[in-house]
Amino acid sequence: MKFAVSLVLTALLSFAAGLYLGWWSLAIAAFVVAICIPQKPWQNWLAGFLGLFLLWGGLATWIDIRNLHILSGKVANIIPLGGSTMLLILITAFAGALVAGFAALTGSYVRKK
Amino acid sequence: MRLVPLLISAAVTTGLVIALSVPMGSAPPFGSFLSPQEGFWQNAEPIDQSYDAQLQLPQLKEKAAVYFDDRLVPHVFAQNDEDLYFIQGYLHAKFRLWQMEFQTHAAAGRLSEIVGAGADSTVLNFDRNMRRLGMVYAATNSLQVMENDADTKKVLDAYTAGANAWIDQLNPSNLPFEYRLLNYRPEHWSNLKTALFLKYMSYDLTGSENDIEYTNAKAALSQELFAKFYPVAPDSLDPIVPRGTVFETPANLPVTPASADSLYFQWKNTVDIAAIDKPDPDNGSNNWAVSGQKTQSGRPILCNDPHLGLSLPSLWYEMQLHTPTSNTYGASFPGSPAIIIGFTDRIAWGVTNASRDVKDYYAIKFKDDTRQEYWYDSAWVPTTITIEEYKVKGAPVVKDTVAYTAFGPVQYDASFTGWGRATTVTNLAVRWQAHTGSNEFKTFYQLNRANNYSDYLEAIRHFSCPAQNFVFASKDNEVAIWQQGAFPAKWKRQGDFVMPGTDDTYKWQDTIPQAANPHVGPGAEWVASANQLPTDTTYPWYQSGGYDLYRGYQINHRLRSMYSITVDDMKQLQTENYNVMAEMARPILLKNIKEHMLTNEEKSYLDTVKAWNLRNDATETGATIFETWFKVLEAEVWSDELEGVAKPHMTPESYTLIEGLLRDSFFIPVDNIKTTATETLADVTTTAFKKAIPLLKRAAAEGKLPWGKYKDTGIRHLTRSVAPLGRLHLNAGGGDNIINATKQYHGPSWRMIVHLTDKTEAWGIYPGGQQGNPGSKYYDNFIDKWVAGEYNKLWVMAEGDEKNAAVKHTITFNK
Repeated sequence: MKFAVSLVLTALLSFAAGLYLGWWSLAIAAFVVAICIPQKPWQNWLAGFLGLFLLWGGLATWIDIRNLHILSGKVANIIPLGGSTMLLILITAFAGALVAGFAALTGSYVRKK
Repeated sequence: MRLVPLLISAAVTTGLVIALSVPMGSAPPFGSFLSPQEGFWQNAEPIDQSYDAQLQLPQLKEKAAVYFDDRLVPHVFAQNDEDLYFIQGYLHAKFRLWQMEFQTHAAAGRLSEIVGAGADSTVLNFDRNMRRLGMVYAATNSLQVMENDADTKKVLDAYTAGANAWIDQLNPSNLPFEYRLLNYRPEHWSNLKTALFLKYMSYDLTGSENDIEYTNAKAALSQELFAKFYPVAPDSLDPIVPRGTVFETPANLPVTPASADSLYFQWKNTVDIAAIDKPDPDNGSNNWAVSGQKTQSGRPILCNDPHLGLSLPSLWYEMQLHTPTSNTYGASFPGSPAIIIGFTDRIAWGVTNASRDVKDYYAIKFKDDTRQEYWYDSAWVPTTITIEEYKVKGAPVVKDTVAYTAFGPVQYDASFTGWGRATTVTNLAVRWQAHTGSNEFKTFYQLNRANNYSDYLEAIRHFSCPAQNFVFASKDNEVAIWQQGAFPAKWKRQGDFVMPGTDDTYKWQDTIPQAANPHVGPGAEWVASANQLPTDTTYPWYQSGGYDLYRGYQINHRLRSMYSITVDDMKQLQTENYNVMAEMARPILLKNIKEHMLTNEEKSYLDTVKAWNLRNDATETGATIFETWFKVLEAEVWSDELEGVAKPHMTPESYTLIEGLLRDSFFIPVDNIKTTATETLADVTTTAFKKAIPLLKRAAAEGKLPWGKYKDTGIRHLTRSVAPLGRLHLNAGGGDNIINATKQYHGPSWRMIVHLTDKTEAWGIYPGGQQGNPGSKYYDNFIDKWVAGEYNKLWVMAEGDEKNAAVKHTITFNK
């Protein structure tokens, strides 16, 4: 339960922070949530990671579906990912998730006795 | 707290954030680029995106509104001119900001600021070439003239304010995609940027000079051979002004300097330097107008299709601009106010390029390497030194010294060794008509308000450079055409070669009086132009340039015999793929080829050419074989003689070869001077065909023998380097010397047909889309139709149409 709450809270707080601050604010959000909801370090890491993976992956997927893959198809050739929009969404999600995971881990160790 | 794991995880987190925040080589920082909340995903426009908005902008004088139709064409309804152009600037920026800025950065020689110096300093040299040609100097001169005109100043200020109103509200969610990809941010728009944009068009459209190439050829070829290679007027010319027209004899013609024979024509120095980045010599266009005498409806029809380098986003942006005193529809340039090619409630106009030579070079003698003094009128006189600075991205600032002389800036000198092709021994100053300040914008401003022929005549008077053939038609059933521009009055062959720059005798002496510019009508049944020489050789003024021949020939030929013309006839003519050049050339080639020397496989290719219907349709293989054969033949005929000519040099025009062969087989030097045998026309024709076969077989193996596949038309992204943002491999017909002038990356950039009935009917299309954003379905949605030769019907909105079903989105502008 704690895990799920921490995951959802990380996603929500990151989203809210992202409305006003740069993308890096997700690190602060994950860090703060991990301090507030202490778990085992690997659990905090995973909650942060999955929270952002779902947030960024979900947002990108939602945007991409409404755009009928017009832009993602082009970007996935520029980067280059062989035109795979799915891969582009996964990379997007992974980038956010990785930062959030380690920010949450840092938060976890702040509380750890 | 467990210190060691804490420190490690904190360091990893910080490291990740930093790694994702710094640019990786030419790639943007990944964090902000990938973030769905602030990155490129924000440019992915929903398919059902609404453009409705209610804006509060204190700069406005009154209320205004913009209605978008289903193609996203804005119909702007304002109450006064300031608001009208404010909104035009706002919309250009909203839909095309990145392109507006990129194009003006190119004009100002600032591309290296955003993309770096490029491989082998290609981009930096492009920039240096622009500055050294005097682009900023020219734009500043014109801006001064424009701002001295109260009407123009008012419009420019309003347009700039509108563009900046959009720029000022930019945020991470609506920043254009290319800024993210190239990782920079827009600056403010200015009137100077508008002037720079217009100068870019001058640069693009006044490339018809081959001074250096001709100078090289003159140094190696005999005078007789030179005249054969580069004739002044082709035999089959069908000029804009009909042959036989009597021209008024001018009171004063320019005088050839007394020293010309010894210093100019006999000048045997080879200018050992290669001109770089010359504009595309194929920048041309078609336009024509037919009066009611020739149409089924009894009303005039006007057609225009300017041929330019094709890009995404497109050079053009379609709009309707309406106030209580004016109503104009047509294609606008993002970067400039007003409609450039279009129609009002009473008239329509279009342009093609005059293609005359208004850019000449002078050899300068500097006192020493400091370039601070040069020999002029028997004395050492000071140059004006300008230090150009290039803030190259990711590199130190590059400084470049440019010396200005009485002729103009020294574009090529010891310091400018772009691509390492220039030598250190020549200094060439450039005199360009575009250096002279002028207000071309005023022509468009007045055409946007013109009601009749005299309004049109008054409007085009302001147009100096790049000179254009302005075609005109009105509801008064008048059609006319004027070749309008400021043309230096030159003595024969003045400026065809590099001129001595040691005194003022070789300077341009005067400007040809405007009334003497070539024109037809009013009162004509039809008028047309397609970048051909505008008159026959009885015209009293010398007109050097680089002219087209076959499109004009074919258009005139067709229009002459057409009656009861409908709009569909005009659509058909504008997209015509018939190859009149091949019609003239094929019989000579077939007559001369030695068929008994061909293998069976070669014969089968020849049979395809024989059976070819002379149309460059996308599916025709005969067109591919003919074009390849002819290209190889040209190389066979000219290359041996040209081998002795220093580079750069110019291969003679295709028509020069065809006309030479049509005269007699001895006119053209077909013999290969490098062999002992004397080759005949039959020999070279056969050799050329045999040499073309391997090329054709390779194409056939790749499935590229059909003309459309072989030509491989594509619309590239404006950067030319980000392929996924373009639309490549379009299977399109047409080509060089054909009315449908669709080449590989170049072609009809805006096709327009206007039928001047009581309620004007118009059709148009350009290969792009209204949105500059590559993440929008409106980015390239006209392209397939354009390839198919189809048109969009243009909807001219009237007051009271606000509730019309054609209106899909509305933006209201309130103060």
